[in-house]
Amino acid sequence: MNRSPYITDAPTVSIIMLKVLLALVPGIFAYAWIYGGGIIITIILATVTALLAEAAMLKLRQRPVKPHLMDLSAVVTAWLLALALPPLAPWWLVVVGTLFAIVIAKQLYGGLGYNPFNPAMIGYAVLLISFPIIMTKWPAPLMLAETKLGFLDQLQYIFGHILPAGVQVDAVTSATPLDYLKTQRMLNHEVSSITQAPIFGVLGAKGGEIVTGAYLLGGLYLVQQRIISWHLPTAFLAALTAMSLIFYAVNPAHYANPLFHLMSGASLLCAFFIITDPISGPTTPRGKLYFAAAAGVLTYLIRTYGGYPDGVAFAVLIMNMFVPLLDAHTQPRVFGHKQ
Amino acid sequence: MITSIVQFASKLIRGNDVALPLTDMHKFNGGVHPAGHKEDSTTRPIGKLAIPEKLILPLRQHVGHIPKIKVQVGDYVLKGQMLAEAEGNVSAAIHAPTSGTVIAIGKEVIPHPSGLPDMCITLKPDGKDTWGALQPLDWRNTAKRELVASLRLSGIVGLGGATFPTHIKIGADGKSHIHTLVINAAECEPYITCDDMLMRERADEIVKGMEIVQHLLGAETCIVGIEDNKPEATVAMRDACKTLTNVSVKVVPTLYPSGDARHLIHLLLGTEIPHNQRSTDVGIQVFNVATVLAIYRYFSFGEPAISRIVTITGNVASPQNFEVLFGTPLPSLIAAAGGAKTYTTHFIMGGPMMGFDLPTSEVSITKAANCIIAASPNLFPPPPPAMPCIRCARCADACPVSLQPQELYWFAKSDNFEKARDYNLFDCIECGCCTYVCPSNIPLVQYYRYAKSEIIAADMAKEAADLARERNDFRLARIEREKLERAQKHADRAASAKAVDKKTEVAKPETSSSEIENPATSSSADDAKKAAIVAAIERAKAQKLVATNVADSPTEKTVAAETATTPENEAIALKAKQDKQVLIAAAIERAKAQKLAAAQAGVAPKNIENVSVAVQAEINETDAIREKAKQMIAAKEADETL
Repeated sequence: MNRSPYITDAPTVSIIMLKVLLALVPGIFAYAWIYGGGIIITIILATVTALLAEAAMLKLRQRPVKPHLMDLSAVVTAWLLALALPPLAPWWLVVVGTLFAIVIAKQLYGGLGYNPFNPAMIGYAVLLISFPIIMTKWPAPLMLAETKLGFLDQLQYIFGHILPAGVQVDAVTSATPLDYLKTQRMLNHEVSSITQAPIFGVLGAKGGEIVTGAYLLGGLYLVQQRIISWHLPTAFLAALTAMSLIFYAVNPAHYANPLFHLMSGASLLCAFFIITDPISGPTTPRGKLYFAAAAGVLTYLIRTYGGYPDGVAFAVLIMNMFVPLLDAHTQPRVFGHKQ
Repeated sequence: MITSIVQFASKLIRGNDVALPLTDMHKFNGGVHPAGHKEDSTTRPIGKLAIPEKLILPLRQHVGHIPKIKVQVGDYVLKGQMLAEAEGNVSAAIHAPTSGTVIAIGKEVIPHPSGLPDMCITLKPDGKDTWGALQPLDWRNTAKRELVASLRLSGIVGLGGATFPTHIKIGADGKSHIHTLVINAAECEPYITCDDMLMRERADEIVKGMEIVQHLLGAETCIVGIEDNKPEATVAMRDACKTLTNVSVKVVPTLYPSGDARHLIHLLLGTEIPHNQRSTDVGIQVFNVATVLAIYRYFSFGEPAISRIVTITGNVASPQNFEVLFGTPLPSLIAAAGGAKTYTTHFIMGGPMMGFDLPTSEVSITKAANCIIAASPNLFPPPPPAMPCIRCARCADACPVSLQPQELYWFAKSDNFEKARDYNLFDCIECGCCTYVCPSNIPLVQYYRYAKSEIIAADMAKEAADLARERNDFRLARIEREKLERAQKHADRAASAKAVDKKTEVAKPETSSSEIENPATSSSADDAKKAAIVAAIERAKAQKLVATNVADSPTEKTVAAETATTPENEAIALKAKQDKQVLIAAAIERAKAQKLAAAQAGVAPKNIENVSVAVQAEINETDAIREKAKQMIAAKEADETL
């Protein structure tokens, strides 16, 4: 029988997923530092929900449970969703979003390798559409909050929606810079005056830019480890920069500068961790460039003209639909064939 | 980390995947760097194996036709004597590796993935190792045609593993001019070191062989391509061809599969052979180092192909290269390497990337056997269970042909073979790089092998079906034609018979047959019916007549015979004659009626008023095919008469 090759040298799926999780760790630490330890609770909640849902679905679908739980793909989905949610999201929001991501967006489509859409972004989009108020209400970074919630306070708030006595919700939350920019721009305020608000930092959101920087660090680690290809983040960030640069150049009073767009919202999380999901993304090098660039353009357009403050989730989901088309039309030239 | 940042930055700047250039080579996409394990078998020089107890020589040791056996059981043969001669052009001869007696000609297990037995000649060596008459050729002063013809008798085939008969590669002149001879010394598969050791020890002979091949091909330049993991071989080769002009030794980076002929050409010359062409179409021919050495030995000493260098490595006590006579049983080779160590499960022929499991260790060494690896679970652990494809495209990054293995996998898995073909499945060289890098442990190459074999089988089945259909159409057309011919013959006969009728003026059947005298005017089914009735009446009449004749025949016949001369008897004879004529006439009428019926059947045989549209369409289609076939035959006949 001919069963060569007899040798292999490849990281397993579990190792790949583990490295993705590892790359998220700096971002999580920065997040916890800026917004408090509540994110840890959210991540644990999402992880447990994802693993239970995955196991139950695998059992129902009569698939081997252990090897598929060990591939850690459900954990990656859970972490990405948890990081996309507002830090003080109530527990049921986390559970509903994770269940939707794992059960419907992933397992009902056939499980690992078969989902056409990014499961974390499906979970996020469902929550954003269903519970827009909760989903856009972010706590202020601890350095800006009038009242600083401790870890236990956050735990209580997540599970019981109880704040410490005498503390009002408004005291711990604030609009995100992207949201604030959008609403203020609608009032025809100049960007330069808008960004004078305390929630704006040097580059993006105050505090948020540190988290973003940590994501960049993790993302570069993934590129170095060849877990993700350079095409996706490069094209995404380049397109986002180009779009914001064009608008900023035309009217700097009305549009935020490119650096702000790069360092705000989920730009870098998306560039290195979300559009790089291999299953729902294209496989050809050119396809990756087009996919990521289009996602970057869409992100900017949704941020600037759409109904939601950030456009990453919708941009990615829309582009997921184009993946088969991109793959089919960006086949590289085969050795010995003409272009 | 720093280098990767630099690389990342350079990627950002340059916009494509660029490796830091090792040499001025023309890179191809992908490739992998498996651990070489070459030093295992290069510490010892090439050993010589003692003549074994018996030699089992499979007839099928090369690509092409099986050679024709020229010896019988019991024959005594000398070393180098031809045992089987090349049959047809693509074939190679088999020679006796030593002197001895042919003890068996029959089926034995051969080293092939199928594990099926095949024809072999078994030789019992006499231990004297006596050469037969050797006929060296002065290649410089002999016509090329003669040299190529002589090479056909040498039994030399490509020793890199492809085993394509060498005389064809050299004799492929006339079509296009070969300007460059590439000597493949890349030996990119792990574990294999036979070419490496050959170059270290016998570089002079290799270079002499290169000269011969270059001369035969008329190639202006010759380039030797060696991977940079063989510095000793490179030095030896450079030393050996120092004095030669137009010969260069180039070092290529160690990157599997650089030893693939098309990829080596690309690395060395930057030429990409179009997928539907051969390297000779662009003036390049590739030979393996061991093959050119065999050519040198053949022309300079008259030695045919009787041995080769084989690497025995893996889980054996002392891995080494040996010069092994073809037909040597594998156990002798294993014993020479100190025997297989514990935990050896089986043996692999070829390298770990493209080799195959030997069906048993009781096979013999053939012209294709460049390497034998003793396998153990430690060396080649069984692959973990396959996981779903996560579309990470590592396989696409590794594919040296720039295919999209993940897409091909989907198509092969879902039996979507047409799509697989569209995505250039047949450009896959089965190098195994995709499987090597797959995080999901999917045996991708096996899916491609399966898809290829299914497509080839389907193509063959389709071809057979087409042929059968063509044959059936032809048969139908032939039946139709024969029917018409028969009818024509009957008509001719009827016409001549009528002429006879008129002459003899037999009145009786004429009245009744008048109705069907003009078949041209009677074309309705009614007429056919009438004709049939008339014919039936005629038949009945004739039968009656016969019956009456038969009734009084016992006496009549004898009387007629005895008294033929009497007037009475003459009258009887006349009557008999007349009866006979009536019979003939009746037969003619019958034939006429039949012909008419047939003709009408030909014109309007089908009750197509009452059939469904689909059936009607089918009938029309069949008619069209028949018509076409008829025309074809007519045209063919016309051609033949011309």
